[in-house]
Amino acid sequence: MIGLEHYLTVAAALFVIAIFGIFVNRKNVIVILMSIELMLLSVNINLVAFSAYLGDLVGQIFTMFVLTVAAAEAAIGLAILVCFYRNRGSIAVDDVNVMKG
Amino acid sequence: MTLGEFAFYAFSVVTVVSGLFVVLARNPVHSVLWLILAFLSSAGLFVLLGAEFVAMLMVIVYVGAVAVLFLFVVMMLDVDFTELKAKMASYFPIAGLIGAVFLAQLVLVYGVWKSADGAAALRGAPTPDPAEIHNTLAIGQLIYDDYIHLFQAAGLVLLVAMIGAIVLTLRHRPNVKRQNVLAQMYRDPAKAMELKDVKPGQGL
Repeated sequence: MIGLEHYLTVAAALFVIAIFGIFVNRKNVIVILMSIELMLLSVNINLVAFSAYLGDLVGQIFTMFVLTVAAAEAAIGLAILVCFYRNRGSIAVDDVNVMKG
Repeated sequence: MTLGEFAFYAFSVVTVVSGLFVVLARNPVHSVLWLILAFLSSAGLFVLLGAEFVAMLMVIVYVGAVAVLFLFVVMMLDVDFTELKAKMASYFPIAGLIGAVFLAQLVLVYGVWKSADGAAALRGAPTPDPAEIHNTLAIGQLIYDDYIHLFQAAGLVLLVAMIGAIVLTLRHRPNVKRQNVLAQMYRDPAKAMELKDVKPGQGL
């Protein structure tokens, strides 16, 4: 019998892989954005698993909202990336120091 | 092993392995393709959990829109990715350390986790019997009644994201002839055209 813990384990593994990916690909913004998508996916797996095992439908509603925000975030992030590439000719995030922040 | 268990293990192994390849692949195009596989197999996990609507939404939104957007940007930007990947091995120890710390924290949390007393009574919207009201209908009834304001706010977030992406990437190039609608509309035929009576053999 597949229990809630099985799904939580999958989600935890995916989350840790995504964090690992953010630190391994420090220079490559595109892969960092993909890692963030993976992170949100693991959160979605958690939400849906709890929703199914507790018999509460609100978890699935919130999964939809997380999905919306993830799509908006990907669109804005890639737009910023295209803008940055046009100005600098590269996507190395180490060079993002124009604002001296 | 029943069919459900086999499907769960197959989908979860594919999800985790493809997630690993997303972060480790040398070519970002391959990363995007692995990302698509991860989303598809997690949609399979959602189907196993009885959340069909979210699973189909996952396929449509992520595979159909977000992954294609990533693919488009990866192929549009002419970036030397081998140079970006060159120092990847040097980041492995610190990234592995941070990942291990996170994993330990998650294990600590999951080890002592237990559900609250009376959790069943605290549910916001108990799932109706799937035999009577199926998943999509139940979610629709909930979204358009109880969560209508949040639903509208989600639409607003998407609108703002759309306008923001357009404003960020739109550029006006110089030396390009563009249509000026007002100038066209205010053009007066009487001034724009002149009739000349050309006499034969003389020209203008």
